Amino acid sequence: MTTSTTVPVRRPRPAPAGTGRLLGAGAPDLRTHLARHGAVPAAGPRLIAEIERSGLTGRGGAAFPAYRKLAAVAAGRRAVVIGNAAEGEPASAKDRTLLTHAPHLVLDGLALAAAAVGARRAYLYLPAALVGPLRAALAERRAARVDPVPVDLVEAPDTFVAGEESAVIARIEGRPALPRDKRVRPTESGAFGAPTLVQNVETLAHLALIARHGADWFRRVGTAAQPGTFLATVSGAVARPGVYEAAYGTPVAGVLDLAGGADQALRAVLVGGYHGAWLAGGQLGAGMDRDALRPLGASPGAGVLVALPWSACGLVETSAILDYLAGQSAGQCGPCLHGLPRLAAEFGLLARRDRHVERLAQRITALAPFLQGRGACHHPDGTVRLAGSALAAFADDVSAHLAGHCVAVGRPVAGRAVVAGWSR
Amino acid sequence: MKLHVDWTACDGRGLCTELLPELLARDPWGYPVARDGTAEPAVAPHLRAHARRAVAQCPLLALRLVAR
Amino acid sequence: MASALWYAGRGTGLVALVMFTVVVLLGITTRSGRTLPGLPRFAVAALHRNVSLAAVAFLALHMLTLLGDPYAQLRLVDLVVPFQGAYRPLWLGLGTLAADLVLALVVTSLLRRRLGQRAWRAVHWLAYAAWPVALWHALGTGTDSGTAWLRAVAAGCVLAVVAAVIWRAGAGFAETGPARRRTGAVPVRRAEVRVLAATGDPRVPALRSEQHR
Repeated sequence: MTTSTTVPVRRPRPAPAGTGRLLGAGAPDLRTHLARHGAVPAAGPRLIAEIERSGLTGRGGAAFPAYRKLAAVAAGRRAVVIGNAAEGEPASAKDRTLLTHAPHLVLDGLALAAAAVGARRAYLYLPAALVGPLRAALAERRAARVDPVPVDLVEAPDTFVAGEESAVIARIEGRPALPRDKRVRPTESGAFGAPTLVQNVETLAHLALIARHGADWFRRVGTAAQPGTFLATVSGAVARPGVYEAAYGTPVAGVLDLAGGADQALRAVLVGGYHGAWLAGGQLGAGMDRDALRPLGASPGAGVLVALPWSACGLVETSAILDYLAGQSAGQCGPCLHGLPRLAAEFGLLARRDRHVERLAQRITALAPFLQGRGACHHPDGTVRLAGSALAAFADDVSAHLAGHCVAVGRPVAGRAVVAGWSR
Repeated sequence: MKLHVDWTACDGRGLCTELLPELLARDPWGYPVARDGTAEPAVAPHLRAHARRAVAQCPLLALRLVAR
Repeated sequence: MASALWYAGRGTGLVALVMFTVVVLLGITTRSGRTLPGLPRFAVAALHRNVSLAAVAFLALHMLTLLGDPYAQLRLVDLVVPFQGAYRPLWLGLGTLAADLVLALVVTSLLRRRLGQRAWRAVHWLAYAAWPVALWHALGTGTDSGTAWLRAVAAGCVLAVVAAVIWRAGAGFAETGPARRRTGAVPVRRAEVRVLAATGDPRVPALRSEQHR
């Protein structure tokens, strides 16, 4: 449906209460969206100060303060803004859920960011399946003349590293979506040599709400260091796997409860995704925020939680993830291209309870210095982190495997991970 | 002053590990590893000339000296 | 005087050919990332560079002495533009062509940092064209073409380069090749994995929002 007039703003809409901010009021079509949220506020560079007050951090995994990126890009000329919805993490579904259910919130955020930094070009980088629906959403906005800067859609390949910042910029420039060597920060010189802002789409959605309801409202939930809500993708041994919204600081067990809670006793929970860390069953009271998880060697990342039931073997499951991550190497950097398959192979021997390999655990940890910090991106670092976390969280299972058995009950012959979960 | 490796260009030919043995060793696949364990090893003043030579001789132009 | 220049022209030409053959062999060795007895890798690369510059010096002498030799009837333009010569234009032209290619190789190599790796590499592949053209020139032109000793020298050069090229194209060429092949790193970019859960049935993520107290 098309209208050629903008929806008049009668009065500001009430701010969402509780934690149902992004998903609670989602509206796929423009008319409902504007009715629920009100028109996009006029914005300019002053929005950056409000974002700073709000303490908004990136929702793509790195949790970098959003205002710093905005300010750095705004300092340049002829900026480019990119909304990143690539979501190469298989255990994450939040970005495509957000784009499906509240695309206009994301597009509002993109438009506001573009206005704040003085950008001339805006891009949305997204999976192939969402190009059609987003094209329709953009057509609605064009008809209503909502966006000052036209938005181009760029399809993201379905690979793990496609969402890495320099890979995003490469794809926008028309090259393959592979990470590049970092000479200059993208905020100084990125796509086509212009100052470039790359933000996760969830961050942009929060930005759109902060522009309407203010920094104080945003800080009402969450922690002081990480205010606001986040989207968690919960999967594994829970009653209702799905994407849920929660405030930062909510205990891990509490987020699992949003998904109906564990449907059996849990051995561990993978926090932060495939580059994250395992929390043992007894550590699930820790809050989902950086400060609470750091002492446990974990971080919220992009809000991924995978619940490992008691009956499953953490080493076997980690081995399957490592095999996947090794195969997802961009293949550009020697240490990653050769080191990750080696790490995956050694870990695989451990998972398969190969007793004939001497000092297996030490050989795995000895690979870490060959992988950390040596590559154009942090794919090898994240993979090493997962492997190390598994060796620590499943230490008793490591001893068992080295002796030829496994602590998980009722498992068939080790070597094949039981896989299920997302259909993509 | 630090030594930066463009890993997308490096092919582990090993000239730099010969010209800067104080800073670099070789991993099992031939690629340079910083002996101090950092991603960009610091270049002490007495090694600067050697580092410049390593940068110039890299057959893939994968090395750079950066002021950090 | 003329015959001195004539002898010098032939001599320097032959030396240049042999030296460029050595340059090709050193270049292939450099690419392999291997050491030579007594020579670390950076020295192999440096030797390749220095011998090539010395070879260029002999090539320049070869061209200049023949420029001065009235029998060769060379004009300045024939040193740069191929196939325009008055005396044996084809064979001379091949020499000019080879010299032009060598000039491109040397200039791009001296300016490698400015040009960038890709441009340099694209031009450097022309070495595999320059050398056979130079050899062909050597076999066809000049007073000594057809003599047994020239043919013997040429045969030696050809054998060496062919052997090196066969080695270059083979599997065991690079020093780091075997270790890298052992990792079995064949990037399977599209590997799909679903993770975890002994629950056993794949579920599509549902949209929910709950208030958390």
